[in-house]
Amino acid sequence: MPTTAPAALAFADVTASDSALRRFLHGLPGVDAVGLEARAASLGTRSIKTTAKAYAIDLAISMIDLTTLEGADTPGKVRALAAKAVNPDPTDRTTPTTAAVCVYPDMVAAAKAALAGSDVKVASVATAFPAGRAALPVKLADTADAIAAGADEIDMVIDRGAFLAGRYLEVYEQIAAIRAECGDRARLKVIFETGELSTYDNIRRASWLGMMAGADFIKTSTGKVAVNATPANTLLMLEAVRDFRAQTGVQIGVKPAGGIRNTKEAIKFLVLVNETVGEDWLDNHWFRFGASSLLNDLLMQRQKLATGRYSGPDYVTVD
Amino acid sequence: MASAFEYAPAPESRSVVDIAPSYGLFIDGEFVDAAGGKVFKTVSPSTEEVLSEVARAGAEDVDRAVRAARKAFEKWSALPGSERAKYLFRIARIIQERSRELAVLETLDNGKPIKETRDADLPLVAAHFFYYAGWADKLDHAGHGANPRPLGVAGQVIPWNFPLLMLAWKIAPALATGNTVVLKPAETTPLSALFFADICRQAGLPKGVVNILPGYGDAGAALVEHPDVNKVAFTGSTAVGKAIARSVAGTDKKLTLELGGKGANIVFDDAPIDQAVEGIVNGIFFNQGQVCCAGSRLLVQESVQDELLDALKRRLSTLRLGDPLDKNTDIGAINSSEQLARITTLVEQGEAEGAERWSPACELPSSGYWFAPTLFTGVTQAHTIARDEIFGPVLSVLSFRTPDEAVAKANNSQYGLSAGIWTEKGSRILAVANKLRAGVVWANTFNKFDPTSPFGGYKESGFGREGGRHGLEAYLDV
Amino acid sequence: MSDANRLSVFKTYKLYVGGKFPRSESGRVYEVTDSKGKWLANAPLSSRKDARDAVVAARKAFGGWAGATAYNRGQILYRVAEMLEGRKGQFVHEVADAEGLSRNKAAVLVEAAIDRWVWYAGWTDKIAQVTGGANPVAGPYFNLSTPEPTGVVTVLAPQDSSFLGLVSVIAPVIATGNTAVVVASERAPLPALSLGEVLATSDLPGGVVNILSGKASEMGPHLAAHQDVNAIDLTGASDDDLARELEIAAADNLKRVLRRRTEDFAESPGTDRMTAFLETKTVWHPTGSLGASGSSY
Repeated sequence: MPTTAPAALAFADVTASDSALRRFLHGLPGVDAVGLEARAASLGTRSIKTTAKAYAIDLAISMIDLTTLEGADTPGKVRALAAKAVNPDPTDRTTPTTAAVCVYPDMVAAAKAALAGSDVKVASVATAFPAGRAALPVKLADTADAIAAGADEIDMVIDRGAFLAGRYLEVYEQIAAIRAECGDRARLKVIFETGELSTYDNIRRASWLGMMAGADFIKTSTGKVAVNATPANTLLMLEAVRDFRAQTGVQIGVKPAGGIRNTKEAIKFLVLVNETVGEDWLDNHWFRFGASSLLNDLLMQRQKLATGRYSGPDYVTVD
Repeated sequence: MASAFEYAPAPESRSVVDIAPSYGLFIDGEFVDAAGGKVFKTVSPSTEEVLSEVARAGAEDVDRAVRAARKAFEKWSALPGSERAKYLFRIARIIQERSRELAVLETLDNGKPIKETRDADLPLVAAHFFYYAGWADKLDHAGHGANPRPLGVAGQVIPWNFPLLMLAWKIAPALATGNTVVLKPAETTPLSALFFADICRQAGLPKGVVNILPGYGDAGAALVEHPDVNKVAFTGSTAVGKAIARSVAGTDKKLTLELGGKGANIVFDDAPIDQAVEGIVNGIFFNQGQVCCAGSRLLVQESVQDELLDALKRRLSTLRLGDPLDKNTDIGAINSSEQLARITTLVEQGEAEGAERWSPACELPSSGYWFAPTLFTGVTQAHTIARDEIFGPVLSVLSFRTPDEAVAKANNSQYGLSAGIWTEKGSRILAVANKLRAGVVWANTFNKFDPTSPFGGYKESGFGREGGRHGLEAYLDV
Repeated sequence: MSDANRLSVFKTYKLYVGGKFPRSESGRVYEVTDSKGKWLANAPLSSRKDARDAVVAARKAFGGWAGATAYNRGQILYRVAEMLEGRKGQFVHEVADAEGLSRNKAAVLVEAAIDRWVWYAGWTDKIAQVTGGANPVAGPYFNLSTPEPTGVVTVLAPQDSSFLGLVSVIAPVIATGNTAVVVASERAPLPALSLGEVLATSDLPGGVVNILSGKASEMGPHLAAHQDVNAIDLTGASDDDLARELEIAAADNLKRVLRRRTEDFAESPGTDRMTAFLETKTVWHPTGSLGASGSSY
């Protein structure tokens, strides 16, 4: 029996018609791009050292959705990634595991098997990722397939074409349909592809649209376009989940994905979380990094903190 | 605000700056003792630690410095503009090279966060010299006549809130236009000006072109009143500004004054609210609110007042107050015990007059001069805290219903230095900006500065402009 | 053909305040003579209360005049020139009497004064382009500086140049949108009082220019200290001591002060009488990128 997200009930009047939804989304406060980017840049100057850095590195590792989304993915590649997720640093067993491994639906079974016995979740992109250019039944089947194979989390893409054409209700209904398909079996991350939405006003509107439709997470990007996660678009989405909780009491997670490659950048994102939504979100249940190469840099920095020596790429695993 | 993610201390190293135990006056290219032999101590406002002992200028020293500047004027003003430009470019470059040292020094002597001296003060100081350097050989094209002449000796008195930046605002245009300078830094922040004297020596600036006289108000008065000073430039309080205006009355001295303010930051119901909150915070807590153009009055449209105040309070709770040298500090120390006392008095008056006071939970260090970020709600135009300049981290919140009312309240002040407008409606920005009687209007931003952009007030906020092409006029006989 | 025996009609000279022609509230007048001491007329001896009323009128007129389009102000200033051209004979007569000049020499001054209105009429919609402009700030901001009128300006009109000097100090003040309280030459106020009649018929809104006759030394201190006056032109202060006293009083609310100086009003005026009573307002606004994907990150 599909469940309706509790937040959806609170917005029943807003989502009753295309025009009501449009009025609501266009009534959200505007975003001044320069001011938003200045705030993100200012938080980027925080200096995170010693104990704070150690905490942030472990937290960041634990928040990674370790991702492989290639046409060339094989069960072997996925198994290697899963092993890395469970045991990121073979030289230091105190290293936290990553939050999840993120793969295409047809790799879910392989990932699930490789992760058996661990706490690492399997996330699967679905809904005709990354373009999302397929009919709803196809998207539903894609989702059902991933869940049937054991996916704990579904990373869906929205129909950016429909969004940019102003067909907000269509986007809403698609998310709600996927949400229903996920039911209690999988948490749903909704990818906006912020680089294609282009404006910050659109990102705020998409955030609310996704949250009202029942997203458990809102996620910046697929990692497949030119501009993916940035401090500014992530800050904006953090503001959205903060405001959404203030209004509905429902907490939603945030996942920046794509382009976060080193520890310094990752820590900047954690500072954004810390100073925008606070410690309630400083947990991998509520914040994730969609990344792959980030992990090794975090591990090298972790080794540096532990030993006092700078590490090198030969001292972390290539998977 | 104990959080799982507690930032470890991240202090900027003090070792980049070497503060001597004592400093003299800088007159005619040399560091010398004051004629009367007087000295005073300058302390770090965050710890009350004595940083150095500095010679205290008196009237005799002022006379000596003015004579040195007069002597230097002849050659300096006759120098081709292109040569003066190169000296200023040299100074700009040396400031860039030494900017970390100067940032740490300024933070120590002033109490403001290293984040600000590093990211705002010092870059602007270097940029100001770089900008005016380029004017020195282009004055014929500045729109101030075909062959504009310098005035002579400029007597300049600057405040403690942006010690080196205010020095740059004064000295850069004065030298570019061919004047020579006697400058008195504030008694609580003399050090960066004395380091600047050293930079002048490194740059090979001819002796006497720049003279630095640390001292108190008596030295400032002697400088302003000196009969051989041709130009007086002052940044500071409106009360002192008026006294200076009286003292130069009837003389030929050209005067520019950059004085107090009570800037209105107007937030309309269609504002980009998250950015408005940042702008409000920046407007009143930048440099602990010790900013003449601070947005110290928040005028918020009544229909969004509750929402905005909730967001603002939430944001204030994340401000980090403490060691100014810590790179993560947002709010540093108040500059002096005198200024702290003034802020405290006005805040107490605000409470006594019935306004509601709020501050985030915030632990103040046990030594030094500190004041928690403070918000007053329920303020009306009749409250003292809505009219008097507090010059501290204290925001008075007033509400309005219509744009007309917002403009009327914003303009209802003896001051007219700055204002802010927050709305997503372009035509409203232009209409409101047009009606505001203020020299600088920031729309959907606040507290932005640039050497190309003229700055200065209407009404009792002073007259004349600093910065840009306009800033040249103050130092030219036009 | 005029009848030599006809008894001429004398003119009662009155003040020009708020677009109306009141007598001094004090009821006082003083004798105005020509350069040889011959009685010409009685002029109102304005009091500090007349000055106060004039400030109120000037303040009331300020918003509308400053807010009028520059083109509109230019049209009105040009209209003043047109009206004067038609009444040139009257002013030549008054100036000749006031300054002890031949009619030819007086005519040169009056024509120069008319041409001065034309000069400033043309400036109204250009001064902002000359003194303002875009500032290329180092950041994603649009930044524009524009001149704005200071507000209510007290003008102590020159004592000697009763008409050309008078016009030369009034026109630049109002061309940019200020309003003026003018204290006319004490000895030779009649051209100024007649100018009020011209202004009243030139579409100039009442209160933009207010003309008082009397003693600068009597009204000056009150106007210099008046908290609702934004600036003062000391050109007509009768001596250095008075000028200094007024400058000191002006500091009470930091009036912009144009100091007393010697000036040849026959020369081309330049722009500094306009810029003396202009404020520079600088407005910033973010420009930023077109969208999130074009951000600096």
